Amino acid sequence: MTEQPKNNDNKPKLSAKERMALPRAQMPERDATIRSRNFEEVNTGLTEEMAILEAQRCLKCKNRQCVEGCPVRVSIPEFIGALATGNIAEAVRVLRKDTALPAVCGRVCPQETQCEEKCIRAVKAKPVAIGYLERFVADWAMNHPAETHETLTVTPTGKTVAIVGCGPAGLTAAGELARLGHKVSIFEALHDTGGVLRYGIPEFRLPKEIIDKEVAHLGELGVVIECNVIIGKTMTLEELRKDYHAVFIANGAGLPMMLNIPGENLKGVYSANEFLTRVNLMGAGQVADSTTPIIQGDNVAVIGAGNTAMDCVRTARRLGAKRAMIIYRRTEAEMPARKEEIHHAKEEGIEFVLLTAPLGVVGNSENWATGLRCQKMALGEPDASGRRKPMPIEGAFEELPVDVVINALGTRANPLLTQTAPDLKLNKWGNIEINESTATSIKGVFAGGDIVRGGATVILAMGDGKKAAGAIHEYLCGL
Amino acid sequence: MFKVLSNEILAPELHKLVVVAPRVAKARKAGQFVIVRADVGDERIPLTIGDADVEAGTVSLFIQAIGASTRKLVAIQAGGFIRDVAGPLGLATHLENYGRVACIGGGVGTAVLYPLVKGLAQAGNEITTIIGGRSAPYVILQKELGALSKNLLLTTDDGSLGVKGFVTNVLKELMSNPETCPKAVFAVGPGPMMKAVAEMTRADKIPTIVSLNPIMIDGTGMCGGCRVDVGGEVKFACVDGPEFDGHLVDFDLLRDRLSTYKDQERRALDRCSADKCKIGRS
Ligand SMILES: Cc1cc2nc3c(=O)[nH]c(=O)nc-3n(C[C@H](O)[C@H](O)[C@H](O)COP(=O)(O)OP(=O)(O)OC[C@H]3O[C@@H](n4cnc5c(N)ncnc54)[C@H](O)[C@@H]3O)c2cc1C
Ligand code: SF4
Ligand code: FES
Repeated sequence: MTEQPKNNDNKPKLSAKERMALPRAQMPERDATIRSRNFEEVNTGLTEEMAILEAQRCLKCKNRQCVEGCPVRVSIPEFIGALATGNIAEAVRVLRKDTALPAVCGRVCPQETQCEEKCIRAVKAKPVAIGYLERFVADWAMNHPAETHETLTVTPTGKTVAIVGCGPAGLTAAGELARLGHKVSIFEALHDTGGVLRYGIPEFRLPKEIIDKEVAHLGELGVVIECNVIIGKTMTLEELRKDYHAVFIANGAGLPMMLNIPGENLKGVYSANEFLTRVNLMGAGQVADSTTPIIQGDNVAVIGAGNTAMDCVRTARRLGAKRAMIIYRRTEAEMPARKEEIHHAKEEGIEFVLLTAPLGVVGNSENWATGLRCQKMALGEPDASGRRKPMPIEGAFEELPVDVVINALGTRANPLLTQTAPDLKLNKWGNIEINESTATSIKGVFAGGDIVRGGATVILAMGDGKKAAGAIHEYLCGL
Repeated sequence: MFKVLSNEILAPELHKLVVVAPRVAKARKAGQFVIVRADVGDERIPLTIGDADVEAGTVSLFIQAIGASTRKLVAIQAGGFIRDVAGPLGLATHLENYGRVACIGGGVGTAVLYPLVKGLAQAGNEITTIIGGRSAPYVILQKELGALSKNLLLTTDDGSLGVKGFVTNVLKELMSNPETCPKAVFAVGPGPMMKAVAEMTRADKIPTIVSLNPIMIDGTGMCGGCRVDVGGEVKFACVDGPEFDGHLVDFDLLRDRLSTYKDQERRALDRCSADKCKIGRS
């Protein structure tokens, strides 16, 4: 990549002391009152000046603790170092080497428990805003296609790979394998790409345009994506094995767990997957006249406190809920969602009904949900995992008036593919078993992402995709 | 994109579309369905695969134009395209030789019944088919089903064709005679019809299989929107069905959940009519 002298104007000349004194950059956000009624992205991104200044805060440590904290070992000080000198194109190049979907990771990774938690600067001040910088560099690349265009120089190997599922694991593996010269086809069950990135994570957190651009980039590398193909139904794993040299299974963990409480089948009770799919994939409530309907409740209760729950409750708010609530058995400290999402949810007027467990959904004579019966809880002694276990307070019940209840308890492996592949070894939860190099019990078949781990994170799915691509490459070279 | 080869009107607002979908044609079995989306931005709706031609790589879909989405689909003429066709989904019908079976179709359910009857005939069953409709023009697939059945009996609500009254009246008669009493019953049609059939066969413990039509989105077990109660257990109709033991199905819950978007559907239909898209109504 060429040097970018024009950017050097932006590079502040700071002494070490001045750099240590810089405060952490604040992410510019849309106004909470306005944004909680529309689907525009909440974070608007750092400006170039802000990003380059924030990059000055990095100490370029020899002992790169941040990299240790990153599941895919992104060369963090190196990309930040390039950014600090104003050479953004070089920062793009460094970043792209390690991660296939930086614009996605910069937005949805739980940095506070990964790279930023380990950052040396967190000891005395606040950590370097690694996530914000990653997002800035990735967005810059999208807006400067000419400067960051990637030309493939690799010679085709003549080897073919089928990938099942077009989520982050599948997309990452596809990019890596295409760069190594293999011919890649992705088969996706739904009518569109991205997996959870598209049907799960809402527009206000991850604009769909970003997925479209990442997918288009794969197209340029020669990856073919076929939607509407359900492996296990339209074609079997066996057929893929015959038609391709290797197969990577990355079909996620898409099966919703049910609440198993009375009233679950009343009208107005949704699984998070159904609620989010209607809105994100099908546009319900987002576009006027959307053909896919949705019940837009005034009082919405979302059960759970992970990222999925936050996405549901904030979506319900945007669809017009006057009272949008998180119902959680424990306290805020135990909530598994990203800190930023909890913070944004609060700003948007989301109510947190804590130490509260649902007992049943109450309905009216026409079987519409009207209330959520709850048991109040208190934290007891720490359990084996060290978390304090919530215990019911005897006689303490509450009925919350609701018209929509969304169950965001989590998901499990979908057996659609695995039940038609009896030779594929699974664990007792139905997840595919793999060895340390991502190989399954069937020769030439590899797996990664949520189908192996159960519901996890985007970055772990991507890490698996990358690792699997390496193992598949090795396997193909040995054929 | 999936090409529509032909679009034929079988009955008022009931169309048969032959669509090019070679992989689906090859993989499908009786009882399975596809999820279809007419165009970008449209709803995903489940449609039974009525028939398939593996050589030609086509599937036949029977579509009753009742809502905005189905009207849009039947407006696609031969040579046009359906944006998405995904499948085959659901479990295949369990086909065995029961001996004597009764197959009952009501309204558009008759189209869903067709692949079942074909499969049961191939398995060697002696079939009595009962087709019910509102009035004569709504009784469909007589010729096709007649060719596969030993007896073909027709009923209409208004008596304009066959016996006046409901399919259950005819079934009752069959059951009253040991010579004609079926060993198994397959019923596909509106919920109340399937419920009435299941109630009728319950006392005599005649195995009764029904095909359910709840609201679906993905059709792959991912959303749970299609959940039904079968014998007190929650089942996802798209992956555990769509066929279930009629004696165990909670039909009231099915009817109730199907009414979830009644208001929205009415509004969509009004919009559609206001928008000059009076398709499928010609
Ligand atoms: C609402 C929500 C919010 C989340 N927020 C975050 C977050 O902020 N940060 C974070 O790190 N993680 C988040 N996660 C978790 C993260 O999205 C997942 O861990 C990640 O997407 C898993 O990637 P994957 O590639 O394994 O599977 P998926 O993204 O699930 O993709 C699998 C794909 O395979 C397809 N498929 C399934 N079965 C078949 C089949 N038989 N044949 C063909 N295709 C098939 C599916 O349709 C899907 O497109 C969130 C999850 C949800 C649901
Ligand atoms: S730990 Fe923090 S300061 Fe050190 S290199 Fe990583 S980001 Fe920079
Ligand atoms: S249609 Fe979504 S689970 Fe059946």
